[in-house]
Amino acid sequence: MQIPLRPLLITSALLLAVFVLSMGVGSVSIPPRQSIAVIWDALRGQPPGGEQAARLRVILLTLRLPRALLMAMTGAALAGSGCAYQGLFRNPLADPYLIGAASGAGLGAVISLTASWPSSNLSYLAVPLSAFAGALLAVLLTYKLAKVGGTLPITNLILAGVAVSSFSTALSSFLMINASGELRRALVWLLGGSTMAGWKPVIGLLPYTAAGLLALSAMAFRLNVLQFGDEQASQLGVNVSHSRSIIILAATLSTAAAVAFSGIIGFVGLIIPHIARRLWGGDMRRLMPLSLLCGAVFLLAADILARVLMAPQELPVGIITALCGAPFFIFILRQSRQEVW
Amino acid sequence: MLLQTDIHQAGYDQRIIISDIRFALPAGRILAVIGPNGSGKTTLIRALSGVLPVVQGSVHINGTNLLDTNEMERARLLAVVPQSTHIPPAFSVEEVVMLGRTPYLNWLGRSSQADEEAAEEAMRLTDVARFKGQACGALSAGECQRVILARALAQDTPMLLMDEPTSHLDLRYQIEFLQLAVGLAEQQDKTVLIALHDLNLAARFGDNVMAMKEGRLAAYGKAEDILTPENIRLIYELPVDVFPSPNGQQLVIIPS
Repeated sequence: MQIPLRPLLITSALLLAVFVLSMGVGSVSIPPRQSIAVIWDALRGQPPGGEQAARLRVILLTLRLPRALLMAMTGAALAGSGCAYQGLFRNPLADPYLIGAASGAGLGAVISLTASWPSSNLSYLAVPLSAFAGALLAVLLTYKLAKVGGTLPITNLILAGVAVSSFSTALSSFLMINASGELRRALVWLLGGSTMAGWKPVIGLLPYTAAGLLALSAMAFRLNVLQFGDEQASQLGVNVSHSRSIIILAATLSTAAAVAFSGIIGFVGLIIPHIARRLWGGDMRRLMPLSLLCGAVFLLAADILARVLMAPQELPVGIITALCGAPFFIFILRQSRQEVW
Repeated sequence: MLLQTDIHQAGYDQRIIISDIRFALPAGRILAVIGPNGSGKTTLIRALSGVLPVVQGSVHINGTNLLDTNEMERARLLAVVPQSTHIPPAFSVEEVVMLGRTPYLNWLGRSSQADEEAAEEAMRLTDVARFKGQACGALSAGECQRVILARALAQDTPMLLMDEPTSHLDLRYQIEFLQLAVGLAEQQDKTVLIALHDLNLAARFGDNVMAMKEGRLAAYGKAEDILTPENIRLIYELPVDVFPSPNGQQLVIIPS
């Protein structure tokens, strides 16, 4: 495999640009050069030069930087797991949202959000774990429902995913209505508005995302082989059930962590791998890292829009991804007659 | 003997499809497997390649019992060219052929110089090297099948299994593909087991012919001994005539 240097460089540069831009946007707008300078000083441990710089440092370090990191990681996690699900189910419509993983994670998270925990640190631990359990249950249920003999027909997968999604969403709503005090917080969170500010969600998300996405990157070449069906994959030397379990676990872990800390954000996992596949071909060893980068870029950009459009009010970022994502998806479906799957 | 097959029973949990299949094949030979639909040709290939849930007995290649190996070891001993393959269209020809190197990659999937060279060689032999950068979606059925053959060659195995590899190809592609496959087998000293529907192709390309009926081995031997009107009538329940071809070097089999 040639190392895909150019697309990697382009997407990385794009990510850097959006990242810096994202830190500048808000009630106090900070020019890119200044935010870089302030963070650079802080990293070198230098005291801020003046009152203005001290104020900016507080804003950047306690609010903007963690927010941008959270969005970038969430976007990468969603796009990476979408890429894996699409490859695994050999289905361009499989994304964390459509196959029920996100809603399952949502249900798991709502259960532990509405429960009363003795300490908030414990809830930071419990929310992602119960989201993971919910997501895993939902994916396995969808898979079991959709499977006919040894095959996984596209329509079945989507129908089962919709059923599982609706069911877990309904349960989540029921729980939220019953838990009066937490209703608003849970609702905003569910729409993809990160109500949790600061470094805690970043630190909470990091280990899960890192573990899940590293595992997926290592599984990328097996995902390639799995594109040809279980039988051929096995004949090409891949232990199919073993690989599939690892991929489902890793993708679901990434999804669940993203949902637990950033809410349900649709369409990232669907669109990003799709665009990446059209641009750079189907080799998962290339597609996976590029999807991660593009997912981060997309969600950062959506988050900027969410903060700018109705400023000073902030929109849940899930609304933006759906608003850009759905029409764009319809557009690429209609525009291209060529089948990519 | 390169391949020694001694399968008592093989099939699925509740359903045994083939039983008592015993045969041996020396290196460099081509065995054509014939038989009516449902006679167990595909099941035999699936049993040999380790994708059938139930296989009792033993299958030895160069002394290694395939039933005791894992997927990776098996994929270094035997490669399969399936009936027709849906190649995900976004994959390029080169990428598909490189998948044949899967059993040689490390756990991260890094390919080495040797892997690249094996893939290059496989593409050269099957004459697909000139569209190696092209997406498979743009290829014809015959070209796709050659890409899959290249993938199997890249696996660098002593044994090749082919399951009706030409059933979706037109006449010219059928002959071209089989000539290519058989020529490669001879040059590279590969042993080939090839399931065929077309008796004329079986007669032409098989050193040996094995006939299957209702999951059992019905006849095994030289093509001219097996492909007789009597045998074929018994196996297919259809009366046929068998002639020598005008040049006298082949058999022509037509329903009477």
